[in-house]
Amino acid sequence: MPVILATDLIIFFVVGIVVYFIFAGRKEGYTRNAWLQIRKNRLAMVCMSILVLYGSVAVLDSIRFRDPLRTDTGTVVRAADGKKIYSPQALSLLDRLLWNMRANTEKTFSAPLASRLYVKESMELPDGTMVRDYQPLEYPGKHLLGTDKVGSDVLFSAIKGVRTGVVIGTGTTVIIIPFAIFFGVMAGFFGGRIDDIIQYIYTTLASIPAVLLIVAFMLIFGAEGYQGGLVRDRDLYQGFFVPNDRLFWLCIIMGITSWTDLCRIIRGETLKLRELEYVQAAKAFGVAKMKIIYRHIVPNVMHLVLITMVLQFSGLVLAEAILSYIGIGVGPEMGSWGNMINTARLELSREPVVWWSLIGAFVFMFGLVLPANIFGDAVRDALEPRLRVR
Amino acid sequence: MLTYIIRRVLYAIPIILGVNILTALLFFYVNTPDDMARQIIGEKNITPEAIENWKRDHGYNLPLLLNTEEEGLSVVTQTIFFQRSAPLLWLDFGRSDRKNADINNEIRKRMWPSLAIALPIFLIGIFVNLTFAMLVAFFRGTYLDLWGVILCVVMMSVSTLFYIIGGQYVFGRVLKLFPISGYDVGVHAAKFVVLPVVIGIITAVGSGVRFYRTVFLEEIGKDYIRTARAKGLSETKVLFKHGLKNAMIPILTSVVVSIPFLFYGSLLMENFFAVPGLGSFTIEAIQAQDFAIVRSMVYLGSILYIVGLILTDISYTLVDPRIRLE
Amino acid sequence: MEPVIEVKDLKTYFRSPQGVGKAVDGVSFKIQRGSTFALVGESGCGKSVTALSLIQLVPEPQGFIAGGQVLLKGRNIVDLPEREKRKIRGTEISMIFQEPMTSLNPVFTIGNQIVEAVKLHQGKTRQEARAIAIDMLEQVGLPRPEELYYEYPHRLSGGMRQRVMIAIALSCRPDLLIADEPTTALDVTIQDQILKLMKELRDTMGTSILLITHNLAVVYQNAEEVAVMYGGKIMEQASTKKLFRNPMHPYTIQLLRSIPGIEKRGMTLETISGIVPPATEYPAGCPFAGRCPREMEGCAGIRPPLAEREPGHLVACHLYDADFMSKPHSKPLKREAEEAEPLATPPGERPVVLEVKGLKCYYPIRKGLLKKAVGHVKAVDGIDITIRKGSTLALVGESGCGKTTAGKGIIQLLRPTAGSVVFHGTDITGLTDRELKKYRSEMQIVFQDPFSSLNPRMMVGQIIEEGLKSLKPRMTRAERIRKIEETLERVGLTPEMRHRYPHEFSGGQRQRIGIARVLAVDPEFIVCDEPTSALDVSVQAQILNLLKYIQRDFGISLLFITHDISVVEYIADEVAVMLDGKILEHETAEAIFAHPKDPYTKTLLKAVPRIEQAAS
Repeated sequence: MPVILATDLIIFFVVGIVVYFIFAGRKEGYTRNAWLQIRKNRLAMVCMSILVLYGSVAVLDSIRFRDPLRTDTGTVVRAADGKKIYSPQALSLLDRLLWNMRANTEKTFSAPLASRLYVKESMELPDGTMVRDYQPLEYPGKHLLGTDKVGSDVLFSAIKGVRTGVVIGTGTTVIIIPFAIFFGVMAGFFGGRIDDIIQYIYTTLASIPAVLLIVAFMLIFGAEGYQGGLVRDRDLYQGFFVPNDRLFWLCIIMGITSWTDLCRIIRGETLKLRELEYVQAAKAFGVAKMKIIYRHIVPNVMHLVLITMVLQFSGLVLAEAILSYIGIGVGPEMGSWGNMINTARLELSREPVVWWSLIGAFVFMFGLVLPANIFGDAVRDALEPRLRVR
Repeated sequence: MLTYIIRRVLYAIPIILGVNILTALLFFYVNTPDDMARQIIGEKNITPEAIENWKRDHGYNLPLLLNTEEEGLSVVTQTIFFQRSAPLLWLDFGRSDRKNADINNEIRKRMWPSLAIALPIFLIGIFVNLTFAMLVAFFRGTYLDLWGVILCVVMMSVSTLFYIIGGQYVFGRVLKLFPISGYDVGVHAAKFVVLPVVIGIITAVGSGVRFYRTVFLEEIGKDYIRTARAKGLSETKVLFKHGLKNAMIPILTSVVVSIPFLFYGSLLMENFFAVPGLGSFTIEAIQAQDFAIVRSMVYLGSILYIVGLILTDISYTLVDPRIRLE
Repeated sequence: MEPVIEVKDLKTYFRSPQGVGKAVDGVSFKIQRGSTFALVGESGCGKSVTALSLIQLVPEPQGFIAGGQVLLKGRNIVDLPEREKRKIRGTEISMIFQEPMTSLNPVFTIGNQIVEAVKLHQGKTRQEARAIAIDMLEQVGLPRPEELYYEYPHRLSGGMRQRVMIAIALSCRPDLLIADEPTTALDVTIQDQILKLMKELRDTMGTSILLITHNLAVVYQNAEEVAVMYGGKIMEQASTKKLFRNPMHPYTIQLLRSIPGIEKRGMTLETISGIVPPATEYPAGCPFAGRCPREMEGCAGIRPPLAEREPGHLVACHLYDADFMSKPHSKPLKREAEEAEPLATPPGERPVVLEVKGLKCYYPIRKGLLKKAVGHVKAVDGIDITIRKGSTLALVGESGCGKTTAGKGIIQLLRPTAGSVVFHGTDITGLTDRELKKYRSEMQIVFQDPFSSLNPRMMVGQIIEEGLKSLKPRMTRAERIRKIEETLERVGLTPEMRHRYPHEFSGGQRQRIGIARVLAVDPEFIVCDEPTSALDVSVQAQILNLLKYIQRDFGISLLFITHDISVVEYIADEVAVMLDGKILEHETAEAIFAHPKDPYTKTLLKAVPRIEQAAS
């Protein structure tokens, strides 16, 4: 039985956009040239590969379904009306691929690749005496990044954070793109009152401190949403769709706080395009305004959308971690680097220090944000040479 | 100039009103006083009377927008919106929901520790960023530039959380140079201020240097720089006299907007370093779900932002002779 | 006498992703004291890079001097350390640039920018330097130098800024002044003033001038010695008199022939086929090979040396090399000559197509607290013109006179404030967009900038189709495609080009696409808004020919908006001179050029530099 979260739709949508860009831009000269230029930049290509890898993990972690409950003998449990009963646990393809990492848990902390626990525990020796010692692990040497307080594999937690990071990084922008394009183009193209009103809206929104707006919004809307972990019946719509997804709300509010930049950029570009001679030529042909917008304005601001999308990506990933750290980001059961850092921070004050959770979150986050920054620069340089930094 | 400022201030009024209405909507409509009462009283003790009592004590026992029981102006004034939101317009923030504390008083008291952290970060940060940016711009095209930019991108890619946690761990716990967190009044504050300031600067240095460098290089590509070179000026003079003064226009105007916010504090830094400023005030309010404080801080932030925008426009006229405000 | 500067086999190369571009490839010349030496050529020929190499300001690290010497009063300055080079700049060699609007630092006062060089090089005190600066401002003919000293550049017009640039450049009395297209961005009357000023100062100060320009007429009137550059090399070099009396290189000859002018009225202009190759793809032999009308079999492979073929006349062409001509590779390549038909407009009274009466286009000026309109910018202030069937009316004026606004106002791209535009008996100013659509296919516009006039995201076919779809909705798709292919062929392109994107075309080709787009909807009247001013002179000739042909073939009326008098002289049947939103004079071309009445028209015509004994 599949389970689709609202944020899964975002992931699928982003994949769709990427595929569309690849196909649409393949022939068209402008995009093609930009792509050829990016391809020459070896560092950018390496970074792109890493991003694709992260993206694949996110996609794998977004295709999930619930298994029917089975008895110990393996027969499917059925309700009175003969329908199958499904487990409340929606496991993704990623969970299933890495099932041993997920399942191989220890009692508590263990260092990377250790064979014993990190803390002494009382245990009973075969002869009946009680000693306090480092207990042997059940899966010695299997935990590349050690285990955390409840004994889960840290590497697995870090991998589970990938989807959240990718969703926030892409979804936030994707959600606001239609609005930003619509308002930006309207304001720039028609000017006058429409421009005044749209500018008023975005100045007002921009003037509210972003963090506080997010906080208020999440306290009000996010509280009831699906927070990860087991799927409750009240979350489900039609038995498979989860519309009230806390992460989705987070995307929306972060989108609301960040759309003004894109809107402003698009408005500025539209103001410029409006005066360009090919738009004037279309006017001289009596082409309707909406057609001019559709044919001449929107295609020529799309590169700015793409640039904004890649440049905002890393900032959003970093912001998500901070929000989750403060406790207003994703739910505690949703894999997130911010949550990992939050728990790991306290572990730093332990004696001896538990450092691997922090390092795990750090490495995975850095591994996403750095390539995103470098690739974003390459995309910007290729698409908008005016902004190039020599 | 004066007419311009007046016009800008007048233009700010609808924005402030808009923020006011938006926050009121968010805080009172979507999250009604009943919800607030329930959240604050706690799940266990909820009775209709308790909710009513709480609402009466905190002034939420009125209709939201229109009071049909009253007459005349009171229809509008005897409402939650008017009683709780309108005073914000003249900067009367009222009392907090939980401790019934005077929010204005709290803000006045707590903005100084915030300033003590934010001001040095702001000033030293600009200085450090400018210095490094000029250095890499001066050596543009060399390995120093290349590696400088790479370092910037790497530093930008590290989460603030790691700078703070790492900084506290290394300087506070291992090297024991500074206290990890805390605050004190007067001169004694100094030893608590150093670490957050250093970390605050390091956090922003990557993106800052890169941005300033871009601005510099853009200026270096301009025609007048070629003129200056053709005059026989040395490269240092070309860069530091002609380039710098022009580059200062976008740089200055980009930082001016944040000057009013120096009082506002940073949620993250103050939370980590236990600085009793406005940032930690806000974060405590968030954790306690004290919406009166959060609303006040949202509103204060908006006003500071608008003040920042006006300051930005004024600073343009001061540094750029081409711009004369009407 | 020792030359002020001598360039020996200078090579300046540029690294680019496409490879190394030989922007300047073995250039040699000398400039005598007190004389003006001109480097002339089309865009991309390497003349500006030569100038930057002389003052040692080649943009690093992409550009570098790969070889050769620059001898300043006998001393080679190429290998000097940077510190020494700096001492030369501004004192011995100084330079002024094309764009006076951006060449001055906006945040320093004018006085400051002059004093800077004086203090640096002459070790004067602030007071002395100020006196020198004010004196210089006076010498370059600026009014109230004492006040101007404390002004910022943005308060000055383009012409005044160029005077300030000259003041800065000459403040240390340099031996050589390099002027890189000093008047290209200026109006023709201002150009005349600036060139006269430069000549005057050269004579009083004894400075030599290296004048870089694309305008042969400017060279003719201002230089003693001239070198024609193409493809990073000098093609021909002689005294100005000799070169213009007897141009020898096919490139020079073609260039001179492609300049429009009054004496070429009614004739097809000669053009140069093909386009200037990029610096990374210069042929091994003669750079002009492939475009030359007299190309021989050996030209592309063997480089012709720049040699003295007549006393004092250097030419780099195999045609004058007896040895080369005696060998078999001197067999001429066959090149198709472009059709050269007479293009005289048939005489006789022609019916009026369009009549403009009292057209006004105002923009409000908003000021004060409530942004109330306190006045109007009168861009077009009541003009009357008539356009006749199959003829060309040129609307001439300097920048900012309102001619472009007028053109847009006439075809209702801008709604005029007042006045009427009567097209075949209907006043179209009051029509709604819907009603206007009927007339859109009759009235079209061709724009100036070949780069921004085509949507980069659309294929050429789609660009042309847009007008057809909108204005001829009854056409089927097949009919549209046929029409597109037909039109592309008509403007000298090939039908399969409709599948390509604009960025694959050169400036001239793009302008042809712009014309094709308009032609496809069968207009009766076309506004041409400076259609050739962004193009090189040889490409301009192609476009002017094309416009003439389509006018002849389809009986189209043209409103030709331009600031270039020589183009007007060539193409116009009638001329309207515009200044400050008003028409000063509206006459037949013959009448206006023979007997201009208005004093402004007289000044304008007088200011145009001309080649008097042009060989053609």
